[in-house]
Amino acid sequence: MTVKTSPVGKPLDRVDGPMKVQGQAKYAGEFPLPGLLYGHIVNSTIARGRILHIDTRAAEAVPGIEAVLTHENRPPIASYDKPYEDDDAADGSPFRPLFNDRILYNSQPIALVVGESLELARYAASLIKVEYQTEEHATDLLTNLDQMSTAPADLPGPRGDAKQALNNAAVKVEVQYTTPVEHHNPMEPHASTVHYLPDGTLEVYDKTQGVQNCMRYLEDVFDMEGQIRILTPFVGGAFGSGLRPQHQLPLAVMAALKLKRSVRVSFARQQMFTFGYRPRSIQRLTMGASSDGQLQAIYHQAIAQTSRFEDYTEQQVEWSGMLYKCPNVTLDYQLVPLDVYTPLDMRAPGGTIGVYALECAMDELAYAANIDPVELRQKNFTDFNANEGKPYSSKALLECYEQGAERFGWSKRTMAPRSMQDGHQLIGWGMATGMWEAMQMPASAKACIDATGKLIVSSATTDIGTGTYTVMTQIAAEAMGFPMDQVEFKLGDSNMAKAPLQGGSFTVSSVGSAVQKACQELRMKLLDTVQQTPASPFSGKTPDEIDFADGWLFIKDAPEQRVKLTDIAAETGALEVEASVEPGEVRDGYATGTHSAVFVEVKVDEDTGMVKVSRVVSAVAAGRVVNPKTASNQIMGGVVWGVSQALHEETQMDHNLGRFMNHSLAEYHIPVQADIGDIDVIFVEEHDEIVNALGSKGVGEIGIVGVAAAVSNAIFHATGKRVRDLPVTLDKLM
Amino acid sequence: MNPFTYARPTGIDEAVSLFTPDSRYIAGGTNLLDLMKENVTHPEQLIDITRLPLKDIEETTDGGLRIGALVSNSDLAWDARIEQHYPLLSKAILAGASPQLRNMATTGGNLLQRTRCYYFYDADTPCNKREPGSGCPARDGLNRIHAILGHSEQCIAVHPSDMCVGLAALDATVIVKGRDGERRIAFADFHRLPGNEPERDNTLADGELVTAVELPAENFSTHCAYLKIRDRQSYAFALVSVAAALQLDGGVIRNVRVALGGVAHKPWRNPEAEALLVGRPADKAAFGELADALLAGAIGFNDNQFKIELARRAIVRALSDAVEGAV
Repeated sequence: MTVKTSPVGKPLDRVDGPMKVQGQAKYAGEFPLPGLLYGHIVNSTIARGRILHIDTRAAEAVPGIEAVLTHENRPPIASYDKPYEDDDAADGSPFRPLFNDRILYNSQPIALVVGESLELARYAASLIKVEYQTEEHATDLLTNLDQMSTAPADLPGPRGDAKQALNNAAVKVEVQYTTPVEHHNPMEPHASTVHYLPDGTLEVYDKTQGVQNCMRYLEDVFDMEGQIRILTPFVGGAFGSGLRPQHQLPLAVMAALKLKRSVRVSFARQQMFTFGYRPRSIQRLTMGASSDGQLQAIYHQAIAQTSRFEDYTEQQVEWSGMLYKCPNVTLDYQLVPLDVYTPLDMRAPGGTIGVYALECAMDELAYAANIDPVELRQKNFTDFNANEGKPYSSKALLECYEQGAERFGWSKRTMAPRSMQDGHQLIGWGMATGMWEAMQMPASAKACIDATGKLIVSSATTDIGTGTYTVMTQIAAEAMGFPMDQVEFKLGDSNMAKAPLQGGSFTVSSVGSAVQKACQELRMKLLDTVQQTPASPFSGKTPDEIDFADGWLFIKDAPEQRVKLTDIAAETGALEVEASVEPGEVRDGYATGTHSAVFVEVKVDEDTGMVKVSRVVSAVAAGRVVNPKTASNQIMGGVVWGVSQALHEETQMDHNLGRFMNHSLAEYHIPVQADIGDIDVIFVEEHDEIVNALGSKGVGEIGIVGVAAAVSNAIFHATGKRVRDLPVTLDKLM
Repeated sequence: MNPFTYARPTGIDEAVSLFTPDSRYIAGGTNLLDLMKENVTHPEQLIDITRLPLKDIEETTDGGLRIGALVSNSDLAWDARIEQHYPLLSKAILAGASPQLRNMATTGGNLLQRTRCYYFYDADTPCNKREPGSGCPARDGLNRIHAILGHSEQCIAVHPSDMCVGLAALDATVIVKGRDGERRIAFADFHRLPGNEPERDNTLADGELVTAVELPAENFSTHCAYLKIRDRQSYAFALVSVAAALQLDGGVIRNVRVALGGVAHKPWRNPEAEALLVGRPADKAAFGELADALLAGAIGFNDNQFKIELARRAIVRALSDAVEGAV
């Protein structure tokens, strides 16, 4: 190590924490601009058909209303699919807001009312009358299964002969699970504030997980190359909802271009249910094992909904081919197109659903074979990913089982359902395995020393509340050998060095690696620079032989030999390095993943079926943890959402109307404080030099995966009832 | 939200005289503002009654309490006299909403909160309660949270309050003031079933203002229970709630009251069935009979059939709990 004490691995407070708690962190819908106009979106009330006529006269007559935009009077936008295909687009024809008179789903945006205040725009919007030609719609996955076709996903082919192995298996389970539509519902609704600059170019404050994704989208859709800048300094949660540009962004730009004014468009909470969501799904699993619990065969089929215009796919079934050792595996993935919007990546997309089904089925298998659920998983452990035909770079899952079970007290569990009652409360203990991929994407970062001697590092990533500002500062401080308070990390500007979307748990792996490399190169460059000086005491010194303190560069063995960093900067101009990192070739020979073991205790009221999750232990193996505090926050958030998935969340659609109906946070339930008991997070460290130069795998998704299965399994243990339809509400337990 | 005018009278008579057919009284606003923002209600005038002298809880001559209409739900629930003598009411209030909402919401407003039916709240769908004659999509749509008792062809919505379930069990009286003077309304007669006029939630005449709620001396402070069954532990409306109150004489029922929430357009009682239990041992058999009588004629819909059995279990459980004390 070249530094005395590295900040990496320390549970440091968030560097942006004080700004956030003091209300100084500004979000996309909060930037004040002179003369700003406010837009309110009008949504369709039918699921399929055409707009015959929109009567906007009453709205336009309201004093203070500047314009009502519809498909008939909007500014020119691209017509082909290509310009609308963002970095997270599904296969097909992306939705084009206000493009024409077609209604593709209920609550589709059909007009934008722009006025001097939000209240005025919303009132005027209520005066708009729309005449439709209605066509018959289909929105129910369960009644349209005859429409299904194979998903355009790159699934591994069949391995062995699952059918025959199932016929021969001593123990078998054949089960079907269903999961509902869920919406992301970050606290901050999507918003775009478009600053119309005097030269006609646009600076847009947007809520997004990809500033450069949104920039390219607007450039292409509005034919404005080089005229768009996206700024996203803070994001109030996103969970995948910001991976694609949402329609408030192009609508706000349309209004700004039409009126040559600055415009803001924000979604009301109800409108947070008018774009992407986690798709409803049916998961069919058949599993066979020998009498001692060795898996012989798995058949896993997923059937999920998509829109009629895009084929949304995610990894729903792959987990069943890679998590355990199993010689015979067949995976299948079907899509049913409906008159709905396209689903969208949502925290651990695919894994949240697929691993739920796999891990519930494993519990059912454990009971069919009368083997302890942890023991069954230990028996079928593998460190080889058979889908890819590669060993894992690291997989400390057995340690997760061991440490999680120990902390939870699993050994005191009695196997029989309904065997742990306490008064009116039936107590259940359940567990599940979690898994997510440890991906890496190409990314760049810039590092420089400013005039005060401070290290400034930047990359066009975002911080969706995960702690990106903090962990990148830590990584930069370590790589450079600077104290934390002499480092500033900047993000959220499309003009910055190229970064991938912030998703998939690959930001630390991708952007972190670029930050590390940029700082290491800057350190070299500083040394090179001082070595240029005639008779420099630094001649012949290596980067390991130098260090930084209090704004000075010095030789470790001879601290009196030193140069002030501001002097180097002043003499040579800004010292700046931009570095790019691609996933290393060493990764090619390995599979990479994060793993977890989740243990859950539930208490179920024997009369009313009310369920309370009283405690959760989540043991996570995710390589080197950069910041145990922010990482632990991520796991806790994931656990809470897993409890939510198990017990609460469901966007309910009235299929007669083809419309989501519980579109508020009063009726779309997520857990409240009283629903959440103790959450105990354990990090099982892995030393992994293959996954990336940092050895860190990312923890954004792994926290949620497996939790809903562990809760469901605990409910079975408490009640003896298998509820195979999420969420497990009390009526299903009666 | 539509443009509206705003008045802030200081006297009760002044408030009542300002009322026009398109006016609404506003106090805490915890429901009315939502309804306005959602485009469900479009008052032309808001009459802010928060300056009216209706914020006190006073003892009545017959030993009960008179609660001013502007007493907040929090202040009422935590009032020492209520906690000690009417624990059922305190528990019912604290089972509702959230601390923030209870701080704003008032006694009068709680009585007047409107249903949480999804269709009622979504102005882009039909709803007979919001727009008479437009239809009720809930009957064949999403009706898990809807009524099993007292519903009509026109409307299957439920009243959302917890406090009102407690007040119904306690036989409270609602005091209202209109242009023609003051009126006392028995709690059972204050809310109404939807029938053919689902747009009317209660029996208030146009412009009448709730000024107080009176509690009788009989308070059931020794044996009572408020049991609320909901989809999460807080900030959720009741699927079924039960206000149970007992007076016991050595294990024998001397008086019993049960009011149900979450099952009908108003808090649901059956005084005749309650009377039949007097003199019976306070046991599960008796409680089961009362439950059966309360739920006689219950009809569920596609998603809410479970409420019938759930309500039955909840009634027995709440009465059993009440035998143990004030819980």
